[in-house]
Amino acid sequence: MGEQVIETAEGAELPADALVVADNVHKSFGRLEVLKGIDLQVRRGEVMCIIGPSGSGKSTFLRCVNHLEKLSAGRLWVNGELMGYRQKRGRLYELRDNEIAAQRSDIGMVFQRFNLFPHLSVVGNIIEAPVQVKKVPRAEATAKALELLERVGLPDKADAYPDQLSGGQQQRVAIARALAMEPALMLFDEPTSALDPELVGEVLDVMRDLARGGMTMVVVTHEMGFAREVGDSLVFMDDGLVVESGVPSEVLSSPRHERTRAFLSKVL
Amino acid sequence: MSSPTEPVSGPGSPNPTPGRSTEPVTAVPVRYPERWVAAAVILVLAAMFVHMLFTNDAFNWPFMLEHMFSDPVVRGVWVTISATVLSMLIGIVLGIVLAVMRLSGNPVLMAVSWLYTWFFRGVPRLVLAVLFGNIAILYTTIAIGLPFDNYWMPWLGLEGDARFFEIDTRTLLSGYVAGLLALSLSEGAYMAEIIRAGLQSVDKGQTEAAQALGMGRGRIMRRITLPQAMRVVIPPTGNETIAMLKDTALLAYVPVTIELFYQLQAIGSRTYQIFPMLVAACLWYLTITSVLMVGQYFIERRFNPGQYGGIRGRIVGGAH
Repeated sequence: MGEQVIETAEGAELPADALVVADNVHKSFGRLEVLKGIDLQVRRGEVMCIIGPSGSGKSTFLRCVNHLEKLSAGRLWVNGELMGYRQKRGRLYELRDNEIAAQRSDIGMVFQRFNLFPHLSVVGNIIEAPVQVKKVPRAEATAKALELLERVGLPDKADAYPDQLSGGQQQRVAIARALAMEPALMLFDEPTSALDPELVGEVLDVMRDLARGGMTMVVVTHEMGFAREVGDSLVFMDDGLVVESGVPSEVLSSPRHERTRAFLSKVL
Repeated sequence: MSSPTEPVSGPGSPNPTPGRSTEPVTAVPVRYPERWVAAAVILVLAAMFVHMLFTNDAFNWPFMLEHMFSDPVVRGVWVTISATVLSMLIGIVLGIVLAVMRLSGNPVLMAVSWLYTWFFRGVPRLVLAVLFGNIAILYTTIAIGLPFDNYWMPWLGLEGDARFFEIDTRTLLSGYVAGLLALSLSEGAYMAEIIRAGLQSVDKGQTEAAQALGMGRGRIMRRITLPQAMRVVIPPTGNETIAMLKDTALLAYVPVTIELFYQLQAIGSRTYQIFPMLVAACLWYLTITSVLMVGQYFIERRFNPGQYGGIRGRIVGGAH
């Protein structure tokens, strides 16, 4: 193992090129165990697609990455930082709200239902976090927002309100909003599942551009074409576990596990 | 679509089915004779009422008109309006604090908020008003200092007291302030429930999106949740304001002598013209609540539209 490693504040040794390291991540809601021990690593610049039947825990895992859900067991590091906790002399201490917020500001997230702020204009949505959290001057943030809108193909929608946009446009604004914080990692939680079929393409185009630009992305999706074409790795999850992972084209064309095969035969 | 005068034959059916009517519908509408009977009865009753207004001497209209706009009464109107505005403002601020406490997840704050709401919703406003008017019986003076000084100062061998500031309760809680306090504290409990409902109506995804952007809890509340809760909060707050205007009449029992209803009653009992002054009270309250209702209509149209139509209205308005 000649891999370079970095040592974290907790004394764990992580591969130097890994941006996300999930180590035996468990998550239970009451007595329902949704994640049963996930081990995953996402390298810098990697685009990882996660597929699997509904209820398999893909979205829950994604929400654990930016600590929207607390882990029940295991550890999760992003950028060498243990998410949500500080470990001192073998004990875990919960981080304060503002410390968790600081960790999250490095991680962009795009939701299935867009979750744009309906009381703010498109530009208002995009500059909200940079101005409020990062204290970027308003004019500077606005200029940056207009650039981002250009990039997602909506230069003329700056002053519109979310309810005046189509689903695809809203999702592209949501991507621009996440990018405005200049994140090191982007999480996509079924970004096209709530869209009319003819609007899916415009969102995938934006994501493809983003991947080409070298962004590290974890994408929970049902878009097998996107996973094959853009993904560097594909993870199949079922029943709270990673069943199979590998190069997308290989996993999709010659799955090794029976469960993967059964799932793919239904969706392809 | 075709207008009523055009024959109904689309391009899809060049040959209308034989016998199909192309005439506009001119049917005899259903008759409702009972509506005419009801209208007649109500008309007679209304005529009797109006007749009574003009013939019954107890109304004494000239006397009422003469005193309805006298200086102390007009001053009373302003006291009523100021008490409404102030107690609503204090009530809303209190309500926001209590609602945020209630939803905070902190068990101490949640319990305090619950207890507060329980007490002030459970006691009638009239009782609260009289209670606050007599609070001087409980505390003759109100002081700011360290608590329980009468116990621990002697115990430590110290003399005197640990009070830095002291004021006579009757001076601090003059009738008006006592009444205002009763109304605002009570209003805070109702507003807390309204604002809590508003906050809970905001989709959880909004908080999550803001969290994912790295915003902290306080900032999410101020910038994301509260502004959206306004849509739900504003209509019932308008109702509360109108109800509060009427409840300022309770100040007469604190007693607040400069208040509108107290003044009207005072004139009534002094001159033995009780009824005209009660009618004057009705007219004044009706007038002010009507003005408030117009205001409520416009505020609601701006803030609470079915699907954010109001916000769109704002952009269009802003463009001109």
